[in-house]
Amino acid sequence: MIAASLREFVADAPAGDDSVAAAALEALSAAFTTAEETGTTTDRLIWLDTFDWRLYRAGLMLRFEQARRGGRLVLSRTDGTQQAEQPVAGWPRRPRLPEDLPDGPVRDRIIVLTSPRALLPLARAVSTASVTRLLNADGKTVARLVTEHTTVTAPGTTAPTAELPARLVVTEVRGYPGQARRAATLLAAVPGLGYASQTVFTAALTALGRHPSDGGPPADQEITATMPAQVAVARLLLRLLDTLELNVDGVLRDIDTEFLHDFRVAVRRTRSALKLLGGVLPADLAGYYGAEFKWLGDLTTPTRDLDVHLLGFDAMAAQLVAASPADLEPLRAFLVRRRAREFRRLARTLRGPRFRAITDDWRKALLEIRDAGGPPRPTAAGLARATTGRAFRKIVAQGAAITPTSAPESLHNLRKRAKELRYLLEFFAPLHDPVSYRKVVSDLKQLQDCLGEFQDSEVQRAEIHALADAMLAEHAGPAATLLAMGEIAAKLALSQAEARAEFAVRFARFAGPAGQERVRVLLEGRP
Amino acid sequence: MKIFATYNIKGGVGKTTAAVNLAYLSAADGFRTLLWDLDPQGAASFLFRVKPRVKGGGKALIRGTRTLDDAIKGTDFDRLDLLPADFTYRNMDLLLGGAATTGTGTKPTRKLARLLKPLAAEYDHVFLDCPPSISLVSENVMHAADVLLVPLIPTTLSVRTLDQLTEFVAGFSGHRPDVRAFFSMVDRRKKLHQEIIATLQSERADVAATPIPALSMIERMSVERAPVTAFAPNSVAARAYRALWSELSKDI
Repeated sequence: MIAASLREFVADAPAGDDSVAAAALEALSAAFTTAEETGTTTDRLIWLDTFDWRLYRAGLMLRFEQARRGGRLVLSRTDGTQQAEQPVAGWPRRPRLPEDLPDGPVRDRIIVLTSPRALLPLARAVSTASVTRLLNADGKTVARLVTEHTTVTAPGTTAPTAELPARLVVTEVRGYPGQARRAATLLAAVPGLGYASQTVFTAALTALGRHPSDGGPPADQEITATMPAQVAVARLLLRLLDTLELNVDGVLRDIDTEFLHDFRVAVRRTRSALKLLGGVLPADLAGYYGAEFKWLGDLTTPTRDLDVHLLGFDAMAAQLVAASPADLEPLRAFLVRRRAREFRRLARTLRGPRFRAITDDWRKALLEIRDAGGPPRPTAAGLARATTGRAFRKIVAQGAAITPTSAPESLHNLRKRAKELRYLLEFFAPLHDPVSYRKVVSDLKQLQDCLGEFQDSEVQRAEIHALADAMLAEHAGPAATLLAMGEIAAKLALSQAEARAEFAVRFARFAGPAGQERVRVLLEGRP
Repeated sequence: MKIFATYNIKGGVGKTTAAVNLAYLSAADGFRTLLWDLDPQGAASFLFRVKPRVKGGGKALIRGTRTLDDAIKGTDFDRLDLLPADFTYRNMDLLLGGAATTGTGTKPTRKLARLLKPLAAEYDHVFLDCPPSISLVSENVMHAADVLLVPLIPTTLSVRTLDQLTEFVAGFSGHRPDVRAFFSMVDRRKKLHQEIIATLQSERADVAATPIPALSMIERMSVERAPVTAFAPNSVAARAYRALWSELSKDI
């Protein structure tokens, strides 16, 4: 393992056992006079990241350091190198959106990575440090030995859950680098003292059993080419159920809008899997749960639609040419009120018996299938080939029939087919050659973006009309707001027309002879 | 970055003890502080237990073959660094005079100011502890400083010196330091000291209200090898320096 620093050491001794620290001082006395500084300093800090570890995955870590009044946010690389810091008044108990932080270099750096996610506490730490000065023959301090004892607590609990091994750090005094090196060399030879292989942050996460999610499924949910298709499908669906359940708490606590988004994606994927692969499951299962998951999807739609409006609100307002962004503010207030109402309804239902029954019974059913095994044929690979090929052919046929005069519904339907194909590709990704997979997904994504733009523009335009009606009915929309909304609707119509014009090129790339060959290679391998 | 310089044409008037204690108090107040011991005798370096030696000597620093940054040493105190003295500083006049002819284009009297400029990002306050003399070094210091701190022993002669110095600085074109005098090594038992202090403080706005008394505790600094404000923070001497610093730092 690579040492975090050649000046940082960790004692291999249980908490409270100071024998290693004493041995360290003994070793240092061979070259230095030591003088212990009176008193200790205590630092309190909270490490923060989004639910899906966006900062960590970008190689960063963020901590809030509490001071007597307020505190500061410090952004570092995961190796500890500081990147930016800014003062903040404090850190609330509940999660906090970076958008709500005061302006400053940390906010500027992280917002592009985290938005729209909130920052959650990963771990809290209380660290007590004592300092021993290392003196030369003139009695001058030429280096310092800082001994840190850190207690870490998982968020949401008050009892300390882990005490990290004592950490001994040699700090350099400016102009005396050689002395710090010398001290570190002496410490390196002390039995029971090893180079620190982790930063305090990583050590804290390890001690609390928290690990950045790597996105991979647990071993008992992996799929292989030769396993029975029924087992593979049960595993896929279990994984989706895990994702769904993982997000429920964040949805109910309304931490950030991504929880509901990820929840809905898991529902949508489950529904697609039931529709496209449900045939291999025992009779009626797909039909029954297909209906239940549709109910669940529909339940979440109003809140999500309002989230989308609110998330894109500023960008939308910035596009206004004739009207002023301020004209749209009554719409924002209206959306916020509606969202609060819809969210209450959603939360009530998610806490209710029907949702609980769906998830509990569904899991039980899937576990039974997974553990019982299934008929050896078809295999997972066979099912992947058949369903993916069918989904692709359907897109080719439906897309080819679309002309510039076709009704918008034809493009909407094609978008649904494209989404189904995308899900199938992702479900069976571990069975495909990665290079061929990336090529097909990249083409498909281009087509999906175009179809998405087309449909979203239309849906949003219809929603703007519906919102305008509702605001009029509730006397919540002044004329200036309605006019501004009209301008937004006109812009959406323009985007839709552009997407439509783009469609033919994107479709040809995906479904033309070259695209068909790429899908053939993906499913059958090279000749 | 604010530059303070302790200066007096005479030696033994409390320049170094003032520079050392005021620099310490500045750092203790949270300012990133540098003290440059320009005196080849190296008294300030001695008080901070730093060897009075700079690699390449004053020549390397003045010619720029070694940056100031490179020669700085950390003291035992947070935020307080020291640029040590070097015996070759005794030739600094020649070095400063010579630098102008080596093509830097900087006037001989502005050389130190130019050398200090790159430190602006790193330090809030710089204290220059000058050797006693009238020389190219002291003229450089006057041009570099924002505040010229002049310790005065309360005698008629030293008052004359302050007048001369104020007049000299007033003749500068462009940047002029604020001259702030303070009484040093004051013996309250001497009537003459009391009279001069009372007169000068009432007549001149550039004389600080806080006098620094002559105390054996201040002399003890050379035994303790630390600022009196650090090793005896509650002593009369430390309190006097703190009062002086708070008076001076009010204008920052």
